[in-house]
Amino acid sequence: MATESLGLWGIPLGIAAGVLRGSAPFLFVSLGECITEKSGKINLGLEGTLLMGAMSAYGVSYLSAPSIGTFWAPWLGVLAAGFAGMALGAVHGWLSQQPRVNDVATGIAMIIFGSGLAFFLGKPFIQPQAPQLVTFDWGAWSDVSQVQAALKVSPLFLLGIAIAPLLSWFFRATRWGLYVRAVGDSPQAALAMGISPFRVRMLSIMAGSFLAGIGGACLSLYYPGVWTERISSGQGLMAVALVIFARWNPIQCLWASMLFGGAQAIGPAFQSVGIESYYYLFNAAPYILTLLIMIVTCSPQRTLAGSPGALGKED
Amino acid sequence: MPETKVFPPTLPPALPPRKREPLAWRRPLEAVLLPTAALVVALIIFGGFCALAGANPLGVYGSIYKAAFGSWSAWQNTLIRAAPLMLTALCTALPARLGLVIIGNEGALVMGGLGAMLVGLNLGTAVPPVVAQLAMAGAGMAAGGLWIMLAGALRHYRGVNETISSLLLNYIAIAFLKHLVEGPLRDNSFVTKASSAELNPANWLGVLPGTRIHFGLLYGLVVCVLAYFLIQRTTFGFATRTTGGNIRAAKIAGLPVGKLTLAICFLGGSAAGLAGMVEVAAVQKRVNESLVSNYGYAGILVAFVSRHNPLATVLVAMLLGGILASGGILQRSHNLPDATVLVFQGIVFLCVLFSDSLYGKLPWFQEKMIDE
Repeated sequence: MATESLGLWGIPLGIAAGVLRGSAPFLFVSLGECITEKSGKINLGLEGTLLMGAMSAYGVSYLSAPSIGTFWAPWLGVLAAGFAGMALGAVHGWLSQQPRVNDVATGIAMIIFGSGLAFFLGKPFIQPQAPQLVTFDWGAWSDVSQVQAALKVSPLFLLGIAIAPLLSWFFRATRWGLYVRAVGDSPQAALAMGISPFRVRMLSIMAGSFLAGIGGACLSLYYPGVWTERISSGQGLMAVALVIFARWNPIQCLWASMLFGGAQAIGPAFQSVGIESYYYLFNAAPYILTLLIMIVTCSPQRTLAGSPGALGKED
Repeated sequence: MPETKVFPPTLPPALPPRKREPLAWRRPLEAVLLPTAALVVALIIFGGFCALAGANPLGVYGSIYKAAFGSWSAWQNTLIRAAPLMLTALCTALPARLGLVIIGNEGALVMGGLGAMLVGLNLGTAVPPVVAQLAMAGAGMAAGGLWIMLAGALRHYRGVNETISSLLLNYIAIAFLKHLVEGPLRDNSFVTKASSAELNPANWLGVLPGTRIHFGLLYGLVVCVLAYFLIQRTTFGFATRTTGGNIRAAKIAGLPVGKLTLAICFLGGSAAGLAGMVEVAAVQKRVNESLVSNYGYAGILVAFVSRHNPLATVLVAMLLGGILASGGILQRSHNLPDATVLVFQGIVFLCVLFSDSLYGKLPWFQEKMIDE
């Protein structure tokens, strides 16, 4: 009923709601990928990490709710998601640094392994309803139910917004940030400085996977708030492209994530006002947007400004 | 024997006495044994995983063997699944020889299936079935080929990472498929699932006499052998491998890297497109969401395990076809979720990648030099 009363205003409202709701997973995964790539390695496997995080968060929240209550259970789930992601990151970090092993190929293997493991362990959790994260209801002033629903903001999203500038400061102003950047630009120089590239990369990949796991928790414990096998449809991979678009800058990752969250909501927003004929094509908007952005920003001649020097090179 | 004496080797005396290799058998053996060992290690890890999940590992191995290769009927199931895998694997394997990591197999398969179906539905019974089938195969190959060629073109002209772009193209192809079967192509008389109209039975791909195996297997075998000769025995293949080995050297040598990129991507994509044609013409008979059945993603694994060698692809595809065929029985008799097969694939992939780092490291596989 309310949808009809809103008319076409439902479209921008739906997209704005998508920005608030749907950008959190993009934000966490892209920040995670940003840390990883700053150290000179690519982790395509974050798609699997995202699924694993979503599954562990949902499962732990469901199983722990009877003993610690429905407020803290989802937060325990978030933590579990981070550590599950970190475990997958450790596998990727170790394997991708073996001689003659390509990090892109390892990433593809980790997508298959991570999603397989998530589906395998997550089978029992498809049916039951796990307690969700408590949200801030900033829309209570409005009578329109869509506005109320749109302004239910997740604390995780706010956490992500806080992490972005923190990460930017970390890279710019701390010793450890310098280590990561040094290893990413020139592992040989870092080695000469007495820094172990292996250890720095391992830690960076694990930290990045921790964040990506939390991104999965955003999916299953906030929006859409269920655990199914189709919950992440390439979001982990889009985040990899998003980091390129954001020029390896955490603050720009934030803006890019919001753009993608909005793009993802285009299909459902049109559907909510009754325009359904191109539903599936609108749903492909984030993928098409990613591709277009990459076409515009990449160049065959030069490496991109801000790109870590050792990225994608054999060491 | 002619008396003409060749010049004796005039090596500087500082060098050690000449040595020769007796018969280079250790290196080829390494190339066979290391992936095999990786598979065995993967099986052991997978067994441990099954044990943790509460299933008896030996029982699971037995079930997989029985469902995959235990009987003629099982072999037929395996081969039916191996046929599309051989073709989709080439979509990764061929561009890999040029140094590209293309994982758009699923999208190319979907576009190939769609292209083949559009031609098949429009031709109907207007032409003889053989002509219609050839036209369908051609359309499928063109559609799949152009789809992956797009990723290759973006790589060459815009420097866009081909792995990410080809993966995004998968999602776009699947969205396009859903849009068509929900809208313009939908056959409203078929209510089970949003699908296109059925392909005319005259144009169905037949089965090999006396079996349930469709002709797609033959397509797969022929294409794999052709791909092997193309890569190993032609100038084009040599240029491709040279570029894959060192792209800067290839450019300096004047090789047309751009054209090679587009051509190899088209060939790889057209193989996956042919797999799509085989699936719609021999298995599905209609186009619907079932066309997205993970043959593309499994094909990536086949390509990496066979180290991008088109002949090895045939064997690995049969092996993986067998594992896929056993998915159902794992669920029924061991109470394992259907994702078990996916976990196994992941473990195999990781083990094979690790085995890559061992090449040249194990002393036993080094060719022994003997004094002449």
